[in-house]
Formats: sequence, C-alpha cells, structure tokens
Amino acid sequence: MNDMQLLPAGDRALVAEFGNTIDPEINNRVHALAGRILQESIPGVLELVPTFRSLLIHYDPDVISHTALCEKVRLLEKSSGRTAETVRRVLHIPCCYGSHFGPDLADMEKLTGISRDEIVSIHSSVDYKVYMLGFLPGFVYLGGLDQRIEAPRLATPRVKIPRGSVGIGGSQTGVYPLDSPGGWRLIGSTPLDFYDPDREEPVLCRAGDYIRFEPVSSSEYYDIRQKLQHGTYQLQITN
Amino acid sequence: MSLKVLVPGALTTVQDLGRYGYQQSGMPCSGVMDQDAFRTANELLGNSPDAAVLEHTLFGGGYQFTSDTIIALTGADMAPTLNGAPCPMYRPVAAASGSVLMLGMAKSGCRTYLAAAGGIDVPVVLGSRSTNLKCRIGGYQGRVLQAGDILLTGESSVSYDEIADRTAEPPLFSSEITVRVIEGPQADYFTEKGLQTFYQETYTVSEQSDRMGCRMDGPAIESIRGTDIISDGIVFGSIQVTSAGQPIILMADRQTTGGYAKIATVYSRDLPLLAQCKPGDKVHFSKKEFI
Repeated sequence: MNDMQLLPAGDRALVAEFGNTIDPEINNRVHALAGRILQESIPGVLELVPTFRSLLIHYDPDVISHTALCEKVRLLEKSSGRTAETVRRVLHIPCCYGSHFGPDLADMEKLTGISRDEIVSIHSSVDYKVYMLGFLPGFVYLGGLDQRIEAPRLATPRVKIPRGSVGIGGSQTGVYPLDSPGGWRLIGSTPLDFYDPDREEPVLCRAGDYIRFEPVSSSEYYDIRQKLQHGTYQLQITN
Repeated sequence: MSLKVLVPGALTTVQDLGRYGYQQSGMPCSGVMDQDAFRTANELLGNSPDAAVLEHTLFGGGYQFTSDTIIALTGADMAPTLNGAPCPMYRPVAAASGSVLMLGMAKSGCRTYLAAAGGIDVPVVLGSRSTNLKCRIGGYQGRVLQAGDILLTGESSVSYDEIADRTAEPPLFSSEITVRVIEGPQADYFTEKGLQTFYQETYTVSEQSDRMGCRMDGPAIESIRGTDIISDGIVFGSIQVTSAGQPIILMADRQTTGGYAKIATVYSRDLPLLAQCKPGDKVHFSKKEFI
C-alpha cells in the first residue's frame, strides 16, 4: 500500500495522492479520507473533489495554513479506514439498448464478436462503481466494465450526442448527462437525467455510488420519461 | 432599476465569484476572470462582496439606462463614454435614466467590469449568479448578452452623494507580464531541461484562449514520458502541459478535472494579471517558494 503524498496545487488547494493507477482499493482510500474530512468539518476547508486516485482539497489560506492543513489531513488519514464508512448505494438505471437509442450496438457486435443480446446482458450485470465525476456536471467515471465488451472510441467524435446516451469508450462506460460532443460508442440510452439544474439535487449520482443498468423496452423508456415529467418516477436504490 | 443592451459586446456575461460546492459533481465554477477588478467595482458602490457584475471581453458594446443608476467600471480601458463624453473608471458614476454608456475595444487589458449599485439581479442558480455557457445555466438565461436584453439591478441603500468621493487606483496593464507560480503537483513528470524551459522562456497568449483557459505558444516543455495522467482535480490557475509540450492555464470556466500533467499552479494573487492578458501578450513564469 502506497503512502499518501500531500502536494500543493497552488496556495489555495492541496492534493492528497494515494497512487498512480485506477484501482478500487486506492479509490476507496480517497473516499474514506473525504468522508473523514467532511465529518471533522475543518474550518477553512471549502470544498473536496475526489478523483480516481487523489483528493483535491480547496481551502482558505487566511483561515488555515498549508502546513496546519497537511498535519490535520495526515492525522485523519491514519484514523480513516481503508473503505469509505458510508452506506453502499446502488442506483438502478433503466437503459434502452440498441436501435436509435444505441446506434453503435450493431458495430459493437462486429468489434467484439459477441451478439447484441450477450453485450446487453454483460453490460447490465455489473454494479459499476462511480470513481469520480468530472468533464461535465453529472458525468460519471465508472469502473468495472467487462473486458469482453471494451471497444475503441470512434475515430471521429460525434458533434452532438444526446443527453442520456450510454456509451463505451475504451475500458470505460458511462452516460452523457448533457447534449455534448463525444467519441464513445453508443449502445443505449437512459430516460433518467443524470444532470437536471432544476432538481433539488441537480446531479443524480455521487462519487462512491454504484450503478447498475437495467434493460428496458422503448415503451418502458417513454413511460419512465413521462413519469419523470409528472414527478411520479421513483428511482430504485438498493444497498 | 434596469439597463438595456443596445450593442452587444464580443462576449459579455453576468458573473459573480462563481459557483462553488458542486465541483465534486463535475460542475465548473465559472465566475469572474479578474477578481481584483470585480472586488474593487463592488467596493466602490458599497455592494455586497459577491454582487454580480457584467464582464466584457475585448469589446464592450453599449447600454441604455432605463432608470437612474449608479455604476462603476473597472478592469481594461475600453474608452468608455456616457452620452458621448468620456466616462471615468475606478469611481462611482451616476448614470441618469435614458443615458447611453458605450464601451469600445480594450486599449490595455482584456476585460472590463460594469457594476451597478445593488448588483445585477438575475436568478441564483446553485448558489451563484454566474453564467456557465457550457451548461447554459446562471446569468442571463445561461447565455452571452444580446441586443435588447434587459438587466435588472438589485436594491441599494447607498446614495450617490455618500460614495461620490470614492476612487480606486487603476492598475497598469502590460502586454508583457511575469506571474509567480507554485511548482507542482506533477512537476516530477518533467525533465530538468523541461522545467528550465518553463521558467526561462517567454510564452505568448494564443488566439485560442478563452474563459476556460489561457493557451500559450512557446518552446515545448520536455516531459519524461508524456504528460498523460489519470484525470485528477483542477484549480483556478492550474498549468497543464499538453502532449505537444505547450502550457494551458486553466481559468474561470475550467473543467473540474483534467488528464494532463500540471507542472505548476499560478499564485492566486497573480491570476488577475493573466485574466487581463490578450492574445499576443507575453508571459514569463517565476517560481515562488511556497513551503
């Protein structure tokens, strides 16, 4: 197990770095430390940004010095466990695979040599861990994609990928929270809004959550979309 | 209290200090580029320190006041006029209802701030009035200002007579600046020669610079084995080095995480200098000892 390194990111932020690989154990340490710092509510600590293998800590140097914060963080790291002390949340994300919801599913068959039904079944049988969010509000970096359905990004990225698209890019899978350009291969689409600025919690997932995709038909997709508009859809969350 | 956009600027948005607390969800902070000019403008008017202002880039455009409004202009000199007469900057100005404020091209510096007593009143979205153009939220309908837009201002308890004497010293904007940087967090991705290049050479602000990042052209910074990293967190002033060895300084509209090694971070007090850089301006980096 690597030691934690504390590195300055300028005079108003500190990076606590746990390693240099994408690894569930390293990511657990990031979230465990974030949890401890939040629990402690250290005066001067403004905001935490957990990523794959490091925690960015924004602070106000007029309230807490770099040195004092380093000391505090080292202490908390020692007392924090190797896993985050939060309840495991699995968010069940309906996903309509194929057709215009996932225009690249046919190409995925050719690239992987696996039938579309099998691709769907592999993709929807994993609890993916949300390692971090970044790039766009609500954009989740997920760990756990089965190697059999990895596929290279498109040679030329699409100019506009519709919100809700579920894609595969290299060894990653994820969901586009907003219409945006992108190079991932699209295999399906979720009716849920991973980002909705008008919702009380605009972003659906938190780093540390798990996501499981659940195949739905196109009529179920539109049914859920309608329920969302009427505010009657209940997101299924299990432990 | 309101003002109307007569002539839109090149890129004018409503901004305050930014949208904090949502970076862990991937939401960029946005906010003003030049926090010094922002703070001064609000202080001159007795506004709250986080009152929203209008940020103009390179060319300002024109406004008509539809009620008596006290304003303050700070930042770049865009040769402002009020009803055709030169309008002073860095002091409160009483703009009568019907009067027209015109801002031209930036003569020195890049960004001009127009503050109004009581602040620019747009809905607060996720704790801030800042425009986020990429996510199309905040500010005025999540977009840049256009001709015909009407901006409301908040309530102010200050009368012009109370603040008429206030002035602030305008900073000098130079086309060649030195910014202090704190090395790291990924300085170890670069060779000794690469670090020397970074500290000794001159970099030019590229045409492609925007509110997201100041892109720099100059001698390539040598890395040990490329600058790809596993994406991690980014701050205002992080200096990423691309695989081609060119620095990009992440600014107000920066994304929350990034995948290039960061050789250094701009010392926060020097960020306003960069915020006022125009394409073609020269930048030197000097190492600031931090710990």
